[in-house]
Amino acid sequence: MGLELYLDLLSQPCRSIYIFARSNNIPFEFKQVELFKGGPGTGPGRAAARPSNSEGAGKVSLLKKVPALKDGDFTLAECTAILLYLSRKYNTPDHWYPSDIQKRAQVDEYLSWHHTNIRANAPKTMWIKVLIPLFTGQPLPSEKLQEVMEGLSASLKQFEERFLKDKAFIIGSEISLADLVAVVELMQPVGVGCDIFEDRPRLMEWRRRVEDAVGKELFFQAHEMIFNIRELSNIQIHPQLKEHLAPVLMKMLK
Amino acid sequence: MGLELYLDLLSQPCRALYIFARSNNIPFEFKQVELMKGQHKTEEFQKVNMLMKVPAMRDGSFTLAESIAILLYMVRKFKTPDHWYPSDLQKRARVDEYLSWQHISIRGKGSKLFLMKLLLPLLTGQPLPPEKLEGATEELNAVLKQFEETFLQDKPFIAGSEISLADLVALVELMQPVGSGYDLFEERPKLAAWRRRVEEAVGKQLFQEAHEGILNAKNLTVDMIAPEMLEQFKQHLLKQVA
Repeated sequence: MGLELYLDLLSQPCRSIYIFARSNNIPFEFKQVELFKGGPGTGPGRAAARPSNSEGAGKVSLLKKVPALKDGDFTLAECTAILLYLSRKYNTPDHWYPSDIQKRAQVDEYLSWHHTNIRANAPKTMWIKVLIPLFTGQPLPSEKLQEVMEGLSASLKQFEERFLKDKAFIIGSEISLADLVAVVELMQPVGVGCDIFEDRPRLMEWRRRVEDAVGKELFFQAHEMIFNIRELSNIQIHPQLKEHLAPVLMKMLK
Repeated sequence: MGLELYLDLLSQPCRALYIFARSNNIPFEFKQVELMKGQHKTEEFQKVNMLMKVPAMRDGSFTLAESIAILLYMVRKFKTPDHWYPSDLQKRARVDEYLSWQHISIRGKGSKLFLMKLLLPLLTGQPLPPEKLEGATEELNAVLKQFEETFLQDKPFIAGSEISLADLVALVELMQPVGSGYDLFEERPKLAAWRRRVEEAVGKQLFQEAHEGILNAKNLTVDMIAPEMLEQFKQHLLKQVA
């Protein structure tokens, strides 16, 4: 039994891990987790997730969310931890997490800042435009989206001025984990019609470079679900899940 | 010009850096940046960190923000003892896992409670409605439970038998709500025992010294805040707890 990666490609951190592993030809078993299906004890995002096809799956991640890694008896959660584990175990090319102490620090710096900035707002666009209406049966007032887009704009400004600047990639001339983690997060709003790349040519150029570096086909494959997000509206959500999550989701937006 | 650390010990991540550097005898120049006086907004400080946040580091011409990045930089540059960031792949992954998870859980909820219980009332002259405080306390309690059950479990430290960056980062964050008057260690013996172990591992005296400011936070008065910063702070904090 080799490496198992528990993923739902609707989730941004899952996509970065998927793209990283595939791009580096890391052999793994893709364990599909469908966050929006399943019975009691399952749910999206930070709520419980149960892989749809196995026994002992609850053991996979004590944190019960995606992404999750299982390597023999060893289980691991948290995207950054998983990416770093994979880069070390499989000795991926240096540029992903450079051995140069300053460049490495710059990757760490971005990965840390990302949590409370880009990742604070980008995911909310999908919640507001698609997921919450799906669960609660009601659309949300437009001010909510505006608030989120303003927050996201502020983060994007800092991203461009402080992290990317005039470089090809965040730490210089080559792609690193920082770019991958950033780009998948920014695809979330794109998927629901908030194309943040539209009026930001520098960002768009950077995105193209990231796509080329990992492989355009792989990038699009990983993002297929996000590009077809409307189909999500047709899925059957377990009624208990709906009932359980609707109040939680409403609170989430405050 | 050696390593410079730009710190305000009222800030949790600043304390982690301070304790780590001192505990490992890493030579550095302590550059005080008083948040309450708005010193993080000065032009001079912006040259070190244009994000206008502490902590920040300058090593020659190299500047760096984000406490986790700075901690890891110091680990590598000064080759600190292995247990801080173990070379064992799986132990290292455990440390990474905690450092990633903690941003919006322990750090997020601990900060929020501190803001609501102490800082906002200080700025506005009024306490927050009890339901808001209760809500914030419950949120913190929930992540504390996860911390004990998922990360600490029955081990002496997060990564196993020795202290690592994860424990240090965790404990300095938990001291923030303590400073606001919520003694979360009181009815949690396992956490209290872990805290004692961490304090001993870094040095009790050093730990106390680093926490002097935050443990006396109740004595802060609004006139200690630069008047031109007051309104800005208020608006910024009100948004965070909304």
